[in-house]
Amino acid sequence: MTTHKLTQPCAFGKGLAQRRNIKGGGVMRRKTGWAILVALGLSGGLSGCINIDAPDEPIVIELNINIRQEVIYRLAEDAEQTIEENADIF
Amino acid sequence: MIRTLRTTTLAFAASAAAITAIAIPANAQRDPAYAAARSSGQIGEQVDGYLGIVGSPTPAIQRLVDDINIKRRAVYARKAQENSATLEEYALTAGCQAIMRTAPGEKYQAPDRTWKTRTAAPPERDPRCP
Repeated sequence: MTTHKLTQPCAFGKGLAQRRNIKGGGVMRRKTGWAILVALGLSGGLSGCINIDAPDEPIVIELNINIRQEVIYRLAEDAEQTIEENADIF
Repeated sequence: MIRTLRTTTLAFAASAAAITAIAIPANAQRDPAYAAARSSGQIGEQVDGYLGIVGSPTPAIQRLVDDINIKRRAVYARKAQENSATLEEYALTAGCQAIMRTAPGEKYQAPDRTWKTRTAAPPERDPRCP
């Protein structure tokens, strides 16, 4: 319910923009559209829209260590068997 | 005709024997030269699942280590594929196990890549090892 209220202005703005593209839009409608968009932009946080700025640096997530430990645990039994089966090279 | 047949049979038997001779060492024990180099501490188990030379390498030791490491790599590659893992992942896992299996007096590589001599105590291993 809360989510619906918060997201409504954003959805409305999008719908308006799409409609304008399809029909070409009248002057009045275009003006109203801009007014709403400007109002939304000014009210910012109040409208419930969340703006996220992309960081300049790439986001690096270090999962390598965790993944590998998981993999090692999964392979452990098989590796043990491999060593026993190839006793001449281990 | 009979002679040809006999020759073919002999050749077949010989090749079968050769195949068996190749197949048998897979389960055999360590080569005496390898066993000696291990127990004397000339070579040790690395963290990456391969053998390493501890001191200054001699051509004979280098050849021995290269030979075994090539064989190990082939086994790792096959097993990694069977287990949907990468060659490095499988090799590292085997390294964990191989270090664990070292006998007292044998050399192994600690996580900081320095060579240690195995004692009766558990070896120093990568924290990811099981």
